[in-house]
Amino acid sequence: MNLHTKTLAALAAGLRARDFSSVELTRALLARIETHQPALNAMISVTATAAMQEAAAADGVLARGGGGPLTGIPLVHKDIFCTEGVRTTCGSRMLDNFVAPYDATVVAKLKAEGMVMLGKANMDEFAMGSSNETSYYGPVKNPWNHKLVPGGSSGGSAAVVAARLAPFASATDTGGSIRQPAALCGITGFKPTYGRVSRYGMIAFASSLDQGGTLTATAEDAALVLRAMAGFDARDSTSVERPVPDYVAALTQPLAGLKIGLLKEFFEKGLDPENERCVRAALAVYEKLGAQLIEVSLPNLALSVPAYYVVAPAECSSNLARFDGVRFGHRAKEPKDLMDLYKRSRGEGFGAEVKRRIMTGTYVLSAGYYDAFYIKAQKVRRLIANDFERAFAQVDVVMGPTTPTVAFELGAKTADPITMYLNDIYTIGANLAGLPAMSIPCGLVQNLPVGLQIIGRHFAEDRLLSTAHAYQRETDWHTRVPPGYE
Amino acid sequence: MNNETWETVIGLEIHAQLATKSKIFSASATAYGAPPNAQANLVDLGYPGVLPVLNQAAVGMAVKFGLAVAAEITPLSVFARKNYFYPDLPKGYQISQYELPIVAKGHMDILLEDGTIKRIAITRAHLEEDAGKSMHEGLGANSGIDLNRAGTPLIEIVSEPDMRSAKEAVAYLKKIHTLVRYLEICDGNMQEGSFRCDANVSVRRRGTEKFGTRAEIKNLNSFRFVEKAIHFEVARQIDIIESGGRVLQETRLYDPDKGETRSMRSKEEANDYRYFPDPDLLPVAVDEAFIAGVRATLPELPDEKAARFVSAFGLSAYDAGVLTVSRELGNYYEAVAQELPQDPKLAANWVMGELAAALNRDGIDIGESKLSAGRVAGLLKRIADGTISGKIAKEVFEAMWASGADADSVIAEKGLKQISDPAAIEQAIDAVMAKSPGQLADYRAGKDKLFGYFVGQVMKATGGKANPAQLNELLKKKLA
Repeated sequence: MNLHTKTLAALAAGLRARDFSSVELTRALLARIETHQPALNAMISVTATAAMQEAAAADGVLARGGGGPLTGIPLVHKDIFCTEGVRTTCGSRMLDNFVAPYDATVVAKLKAEGMVMLGKANMDEFAMGSSNETSYYGPVKNPWNHKLVPGGSSGGSAAVVAARLAPFASATDTGGSIRQPAALCGITGFKPTYGRVSRYGMIAFASSLDQGGTLTATAEDAALVLRAMAGFDARDSTSVERPVPDYVAALTQPLAGLKIGLLKEFFEKGLDPENERCVRAALAVYEKLGAQLIEVSLPNLALSVPAYYVVAPAECSSNLARFDGVRFGHRAKEPKDLMDLYKRSRGEGFGAEVKRRIMTGTYVLSAGYYDAFYIKAQKVRRLIANDFERAFAQVDVVMGPTTPTVAFELGAKTADPITMYLNDIYTIGANLAGLPAMSIPCGLVQNLPVGLQIIGRHFAEDRLLSTAHAYQRETDWHTRVPPGYE
Repeated sequence: MNNETWETVIGLEIHAQLATKSKIFSASATAYGAPPNAQANLVDLGYPGVLPVLNQAAVGMAVKFGLAVAAEITPLSVFARKNYFYPDLPKGYQISQYELPIVAKGHMDILLEDGTIKRIAITRAHLEEDAGKSMHEGLGANSGIDLNRAGTPLIEIVSEPDMRSAKEAVAYLKKIHTLVRYLEICDGNMQEGSFRCDANVSVRRRGTEKFGTRAEIKNLNSFRFVEKAIHFEVARQIDIIESGGRVLQETRLYDPDKGETRSMRSKEEANDYRYFPDPDLLPVAVDEAFIAGVRATLPELPDEKAARFVSAFGLSAYDAGVLTVSRELGNYYEAVAQELPQDPKLAANWVMGELAAALNRDGIDIGESKLSAGRVAGLLKRIADGTISGKIAKEVFEAMWASGADADSVIAEKGLKQISDPAAIEQAIDAVMAKSPGQLADYRAGKDKLFGYFVGQVMKATGGKANPAQLNELLKKKLA
């Protein structure tokens, strides 16, 4: 029985029907991880023993007729989520030795559902990167072609799901870190509204932009997990006190009459024509399904990348100040004095991209520059949010490509950070405005996946998921598995 | 030091630790004296992934303070991060309020020595978290860090540079100290660091408008140190200017052992704190209903109480100020005074005099007094009705303090009841006159000073119990 190619929804049904056990499923996926990890480098930690115990426990619950739809389903957590007793590195040498003393809220919630953790996924260091090349643990390879990047920062999570090593991997998205790797790996990536999922226990990169979400094969799978992940958390003041709708029940909302906004600026220069062809084909499918396409504009889109690269580094420079070698994480050997302890612990513990952003952030917050950079960037942020608001006055969701191109080669952009940053041009806007957004596979260009991005109104997760689900009932791009991983 | 040429200008930044049970952004306890780091949880330790959650009680206390100094309450105040590296600052930033503090402009009146009232403007008061403590003793070459205090809620109360002498600064500081304890938002314990201040001090030539360059003196934790540090600093600055130098803008530390201030860091070395709004916390919305709720909990404020004591009990402004220095003392005095409507001034003298001395001697607070207000009033009634003299009353008081007994039983037991029977007093006078013919002759020959001799002799003969007023009157008559 080929369990690994089944969707999470199908696996849940199979477990309930006792077609197979969680122990069998977990064992099969651990075996796949063992086989493919050397080539992919998608994992930082594999917790096989604990996983088998959790699977056995889940089987016990299922045998007694208990549990929920997620009980016994294996998952992988991005290594940015703190896991009690399990090393949480955030892809950094700084936290190479860090064993979290507590579970992140997301981890605790999914554990409570009876999900089985297989391990922790590789990622860009502190989630800073768009190619997974900044990880202290080495780059992750794209399952579609091992010479290419999987995207980032949730590259490990995306590769795990694309290679069918787990039906779900948690991820975080600060400027596109869920959607971009989902697009480059040919899977479904979902970033909820800012505040929908608790950030407690998710190691902060840029607090006002970070949001936890899902990487799965399908929108239906995303709905199943998101329903359990979302919700107010008293430990996160920025999480929103608002009931969580039944995203699974909402999947079948009718599509007819849906107004889809075509993001004009997303189709202008920079977009690869082949990618554009795939995206337009997907839009045609929606039209055929009864949706109405209306062109909308985000006139300030061009400002989103510079604004993001002020706000995110500013917050990161402050968020990462706690890594000082004093209480946890990397500590320089035999420091001469306090300053030496700080300088060497941080100098040795952080990689080049993290240092670059800390320095940028420190600069833009400095006296004399704060107004010109940080305040200006916050104003731009408001302008972009207003652009979206205007668009949503006309349409229900907006669509466009997730990325300008398909996956690029490892090392192709590492020498030029600006080129790398521009790869996030289509995804950053949703973070700046706090909007829910997702990427679904909508074609292949030279046998590499292309992503369709869907962005919705605040808290319209249900609308996004049902829109994606409708497409996935008509097409089979989401069922494509990278060659060699079938 | 405020001489003819130079004028001192002082502004204070007071840090008052708020008396919440838990910390401002975490559930850890705030109680003083626990073993190091026993009261520091993951949030206080700044662990990766943790987030702050604002303690509503701290907001209520800050608003209470704001209302008590007639300040505007900011409807939407914002927490910001103050970024700097220090081992006792676990996150690498302190969460504080910067551009939008919860309490805006207010004021506090102080009583000057000449009896006039001066209004000190309060610029702002903001909420913030305290840092931990570095420990350098008993650890050899190493330093230790105790994060029990990290995350303790503070309000920082910033005044305008309105004070013109160390005395004014201390008077203002004392008024704020009294106020925060009245409001029960701070225990005011200066030894434990619950109430401390930084002083911004500068001098300028009298008549000039422009302020001189100021030095900020850090972490003054007693009224005496504030006064001494300012005196030292003013003298230092005048010295520099008079010898042709220039005062540097810098942060200085007061050394109580040497009684001097010394430089910590200059303006050039000062940190750029890179303040920005904390994205982990939403702006603090304080609406009218919340403010009204806090207003309803305001007690009678010290100035209101003092004004009432002046009008209701006829006290001087000074005495009323002394008696309202703490809420407990004010209530105690009032309880005594209410039982002694005929002489509330007598009550004031006794509470400020004998009682205060006894409390001071035993090192206890009014709340721990061995005698209730009722007992003290019972004693004073006996003075008022002539049962005992003021002098005897002191003896009775000491006996009461020692035993806790009431005045009447001490008077009865010791036989201290005053002799107010004119016949008995006359009898004693006659006996003294009979024994002192020489003195009597001298007195009658014009040596008026000998009147005191006769008073003393009669008192001695009656064991001090003769009613002094009656004795005076009768003696004058007899000696004439």
